[in-house]
Amino acid sequence: MSSDNIQKSWFSRLKEGLSASSNKVVSGITGIFTEKQLDEETLEQLEDLLISSDLGVNVANRLIKTLSEHKFDKQVSDREVRETFAKDIELILEPVAKPILIEQSLKPHVILVCGVNGSGKTTTIGKLAQQWKAEGKSVCLAAGDTFRAAAIEQLKVWGERTQTPVIIQPQGTDPAAVAYDAVKKSIDDNHDVLIIDTAGRLQNRAELMDELAKIVRVIQKTLPEAPHNCLLVLDGTVGQNAHSQVATFKEMVNVTGLIVTKLDGSARGGIIVALAEKFALPVHAVGVGEAIEDLRAFDPKIFAQSLMGLD
Amino acid sequence: MFDALSDRLGNVFDRLKGKGSLSESDVNAAMREVRIALLEADVAVEVVKSFIDGVRERAVGQEVTKSVTPGQQVIKIVNDNLIGMLGKEAAWIELNAVPPVPILMIGLQGSGKTTTAAKIASRLTRRDKKKVMMASLDVTRPAAREQLRVLGEQIDVSTLPMAEGETAVSIAKRAMAASRLQGYDVVILDTAGRVTIDQGLMDEIKQISEITNPAEKILVADALTGQDAVTTAKNFHQNVGVTGIVLTRMDGDSRGGAALSMRSVTGVPIKAVGTGEKLENLEDFHPERVAGRILGMGDVVSLVEKAAETIEVKEAEKIALKMQKGQFDFNDMLTQLQQVSKMGGLGGVLAMLPGVGKLQKQMASAGVDDKSIARQVAIIQSMTAQERKSPKLLNASRKRRVASGSGTTAQEINRLLKQQMEMARMMKKVGKMGGLKGLGSLFGGGDPIQPDLGQGSNLRIPEGLINQPGQNFPGLPGLPKFPTKR
Ligand SMILES: Nc1nc2c(ncn2[C@@H]2O[C@H](COP(=O)(O)OP(=O)(O)OP(=O)(O)O)[C@@H](O)[C@H]2O)c(=O)[nH]1
Ligand SMILES: Nc1nc2c(ncn2[C@@H]2O[C@H](COP(=O)(O)OP(=O)(O)OP(=O)(O)O)[C@@H](O)[C@H]2O)c(=O)[nH]1
Ligand SMILES: [Mg+2]
Ligand SMILES: [Mg+2]
Repeated sequence: MSSDNIQKSWFSRLKEGLSASSNKVVSGITGIFTEKQLDEETLEQLEDLLISSDLGVNVANRLIKTLSEHKFDKQVSDREVRETFAKDIELILEPVAKPILIEQSLKPHVILVCGVNGSGKTTTIGKLAQQWKAEGKSVCLAAGDTFRAAAIEQLKVWGERTQTPVIIQPQGTDPAAVAYDAVKKSIDDNHDVLIIDTAGRLQNRAELMDELAKIVRVIQKTLPEAPHNCLLVLDGTVGQNAHSQVATFKEMVNVTGLIVTKLDGSARGGIIVALAEKFALPVHAVGVGEAIEDLRAFDPKIFAQSLMGLD
Repeated sequence: MFDALSDRLGNVFDRLKGKGSLSESDVNAAMREVRIALLEADVAVEVVKSFIDGVRERAVGQEVTKSVTPGQQVIKIVNDNLIGMLGKEAAWIELNAVPPVPILMIGLQGSGKTTTAAKIASRLTRRDKKKVMMASLDVTRPAAREQLRVLGEQIDVSTLPMAEGETAVSIAKRAMAASRLQGYDVVILDTAGRVTIDQGLMDEIKQISEITNPAEKILVADALTGQDAVTTAKNFHQNVGVTGIVLTRMDGDSRGGAALSMRSVTGVPIKAVGTGEKLENLEDFHPERVAGRILGMGDVVSLVEKAAETIEVKEAEKIALKMQKGQFDFNDMLTQLQQVSKMGGLGGVLAMLPGVGKLQKQMASAGVDDKSIARQVAIIQSMTAQERKSPKLLNASRKRRVASGSGTTAQEINRLLKQQMEMARMMKKVGKMGGLKGLGSLFGGGDPIQPDLGQGSNLRIPEGLINQPGQNFPGLPGLPKFPTKR
C-alpha cells in the first residue's frame, strides 16, 4: 500500500478507481459524439465500449437498443448519452443495493462466506468484523478454510486486528466440523454475529461444492434457520464466468447476497450490472482496497455514474 | 456439447448450402457470430477486433470442400488463427543467467502468485534438478510469508527466513545475497499483489525488478479474468517488462479469453497453466486446447472431425439437447456407449480430451474399460424399446429376462439402472452448467471424473494426508473407491 493512497478517503478512492477504469469508456464516447450522429456504426462502437466494462454482450445490446430507440438519428451530446446510460444502469442496480442487516435477536446471526479461490473472502470477513465491532456487536470468526496453506493464520491476523475471537481447528480438519463447533461456541458465548470463512473453490468442482453444502447441513443441525446470510464474494476483475459462479453457488448453498471486491483496481466491475439483471441478488458491499476500512456500501448511483465518468 | 459457435455458425450457413466458396457477405455474417463468441469468452474487445480482421481476410474466397460444412470450414480457420495467436510452441522458464537466477512473480491480488511460485519451484527442483530458494517480499497480506514458508516445506524447497520490519525492497536484496552466498541456482521472488493503477506500488515493483534483474518476470493471472486482462497485462508489461505469463485456475470452467487478450497485447509466451490448488497442478500450455476452450468447443477440430467421421453430429446434438433438459434414458446411454466404441474406445476418446492424463490412469486402475462398456451395451440391447424409454418398467421378472438375454446378472442390471438414474440427475446439473462437461457422461461418470479442459486432477488432498477412500463413484458398476476429498 503506498502512503498517498492510504491518505485518500474511501470515496475519492472508490471514485478514482472507478473513473480510472471508466476513462476509456468516456474518452471513447466523447470521441464518438463530438464527431458524428448516433448512427449504426456509432451504436456499435458504444456497444463495444460497454462490453469492455464487462457488462456482457446481452446487457450491452439491451442498453444500446434502448438508447437507439430513444435517440437514434438525432444529434445528442456525449453527456446526454452518458447520463442516459448511467440512469439505465442505476435503475438496474437500485433494487440490489442492500446492506446486510444483523438480526439482533438471533445471537448468533450466522454468515457463511464462500466463493472461488482468491476472490477476497478472508479479507472481506476481516472488514465486516471491523464494521460490526464498530457498531458495538460481539463478533466471532470461524476458520473454515482448513485446506490452504496459512489460511488459518491469515484469519487469525484479522481476528487480532479486529479483536475478535477466531474458532480454529488443525489444518486438514473437516470444515463442517469447524463450523459445527463455531456455531455451538457462538451460542454459548452469546455472540451477535458468527462469520464462517471457507476455502476457495471453483464452482465446477462438484466434490468441493458438496463439501460446502455439507457445511450448511451441519450448521443446520444446531440452527435450522442458519446460515442467515450466505455471501458469495466475487472478484471485481471477473468476466462472464461470474454468471456460472453465481448460478452454481446459489443452487448449492442458497447464496443470499454478493460482495464484489477489488473495485479499486482497473477492472470496471460491469459484471455487477449483468448479475443484478439476471439474479437480482443483493449487492451488500464492495471492496475498494486491502486495508481494514476498505469496505463500502454499494451505491448504485455513484457506481453507475463513475462507470460512465460522470461526477 | 458442440455448442456456442458451431450452433451459431450453423444457422448462418444454413442458407449457404451448395455454394462453392465463402463469399465476403457470408464471411461477414459468420464473423459477427465469431465476435460474439469471443466476447462471451472474455476476449478483450480490442483484441477481438484485430483477430476478426485477420480471419476475415483469410476466409473470404476459400473453397468449401465437400466433406465439411461452410460452418465447420470457418471454425477451422478461426481455430487455426487462434492457435497461431496464442503461440505455437510450449515455453518454459529460461535460466540463461548467472546463478542465482532470479524469477520475479507479479500480478494482481489473489491471482495465484504464491501458489504458482511454489509450483514452479517444485518443477524446477524435481524435473530440472535445480537448487531453488523462494523468498516472499509480501509484507502486505496477512500471513503471506507464512503461506510461502508452509508451501516450501510441502515441496522441500527452502524459503528465506522471515525478519520483522523489512520492506519488500530490502527483502529482495537480502534474498539475492543469501541465495548467492548459499549457492542456489534459482531464487524465486514472490511479491504482494497490486492493482496497476496504484503507481506507488508499480514504482515499487519496478524498483525491485531493477535491483534484482530477474531472468524471468512472470505475470500470474487468473483465467477467470474479464476485459481487464488487457489493461493489467499492458500495465505490468510497461512497468517491468513481463517475460512470461502463467494462467491460473484453468481447472475452472471459464472460457479463458484472458489468455488471448494478454498474450496478444504483450507478445510474451504463456509459460504454464495452473490447474488446481495442489502444487503438482501445473501443466504446460497447449494453445490448441485453449483455442477450443475459447470457442467453447473443447478440442474442437479433432473432436468434431472424429465425430463427423464416425457418428452423426445431429445425433450428438440431439443428445446434448436432451441432456440440457435432464432427460437421459437407456436409449441415450446406448448411443453414448456405442459412440465411445466407434470413436476408438475409451482410449480414443480420452486421447482427444485435454488434461486427462491422470483421468486415464484413474479409470484404468478403476477397471473402467472397453469390456465393461460392451457388457453394458449388451444389457441395454436386451431391453425392449419401452423399457429403454422408461427404465422404471424394469421389475424383477423383466430384469431376470434382460439378465439372461445379455448373459449378465441381476446385480449388474441394478447397477446400470442406478447409473442411469444418477446420470439423468447429473445431466440436469451438467445441462444447467452447460459446456463440455457433458462429455463426462460418456464414461457413465459422476462428479470426480469430468474430462474438463486443462484439468489435471479433480482431487484436492491436503498435503500430508493420505488419499482417503471417498464415496463410491456414482454410475460406474463395480468400481473401487475413488478418493473424492481434497
Ligand atoms: N485491491 C484489493 N485487494 C483486495 C480486496 N479484497 C481482498 N484483496 C486482496 O486479495 C487477495 C486475496 O484475498 P483473500 O481475502 O485472501 O481471498 P480469499 O478469497 O480468502 O482467498 P482463498 O481463501 O485463497 O480462496 C489478498 O491479497 C487481499 O489483500 C480489495 O477490495 N481490493
Ligand atoms: N483452483 C485453483 N486454485 C488456484 C490455482 N492457483 C492458485 N489457486 C488458489 O488461489 C488462491 C490464491 O492463491 P495465492 O497463491 O495465495 O494468490 P496470490 O496471488 O499469491 O495472492 P496475494 O498474494 O494475496 O496477491 C488460493 O486459494 C490458491 O489455492 C489454480 O490453478 N487452480
Ligand atoms: Mg481465504
Ligand atoms: Mg501471495
